[in-house]
Amino acid sequence: MTLLLVALGAALGAPLRFLTDLVVAHYAGRRLPWGTLVVNVAGSGLAVFLAVAVADPGWTALLAVGFCGALTTYSTLSYETLLLVEDGRWNHALWNVAANLAGGLGAGLAGFALAHLLFI
Amino acid sequence: MSQVLRATPGSVLAAVALGGAVGALARHGLTVALPSVTGSFGVAVFDIATFTANLVGGLLIGVLMVTITEVAPGPAHLRPFLGVGVLGGFTTFSTYIVDIGAAANAGAALLALIFAFATMAAALVAAAVGMWATRRLLVRRREADE
Repeated sequence: MTLLLVALGAALGAPLRFLTDLVVAHYAGRRLPWGTLVVNVAGSGLAVFLAVAVADPGWTALLAVGFCGALTTYSTLSYETLLLVEDGRWNHALWNVAANLAGGLGAGLAGFALAHLLFI
Repeated sequence: MSQVLRATPGSVLAAVALGGAVGALARHGLTVALPSVTGSFGVAVFDIATFTANLVGGLLIGVLMVTITEVAPGPAHLRPFLGVGVLGGFTTFSTYIVDIGAAANAGAALLALIFAFATMAAALVAAAVGMWATRRLLVRRREADE
């Protein structure tokens, strides 16, 4: 059952990441990888919220492991950062890593606070 | 926005969804096989499975993208399935952030910092190695054939 829930959550999270990237790139362009930043920040905030607010293993498998895990990505973050390095744009590569880390942690802090406010 | 969504074929979305499910199941399997190192508070402080997934996923995305963009594009759904789906679903940024937060919340600030920077460094170096090695092996072989 857990496996089915992980797979189902991921089957929603991964296409949502793909579509978010397309829509964000449509408006913001592809000079900087904004789409990956958006999904990583949003997914991190939601995952920390769930980690505090949800104890049920089924919901955790579906939403945290499956959905948030597949909505966010480390492989694309790594690859897009290296493309910036190969382009000689070291400052943008550094910005990309820092923005994902700071954005993810900031959203996580917000998710943590919100979950405590609502449920604890 | 709607024209972007309408221009995306359903079969591409299905490939991403299927790949994402496969990747997430592999990541879940890794979590079961490699339990986290727990600290004095009983809280996971170093999530070896997530670290490993993000490292291996980085290496494989480097291999895949150089192969697709510099050697041969392959079938149309290869990148959505393997790159966006499987590797995107296998690696995770949200669990990485949850792990950093959990370690910091348990008072293990140094371990949180080590996990954060070790993962970032490992994933980037792995992706660079994957790209470099693939170029060395495949791109040069192709040039030698021509």
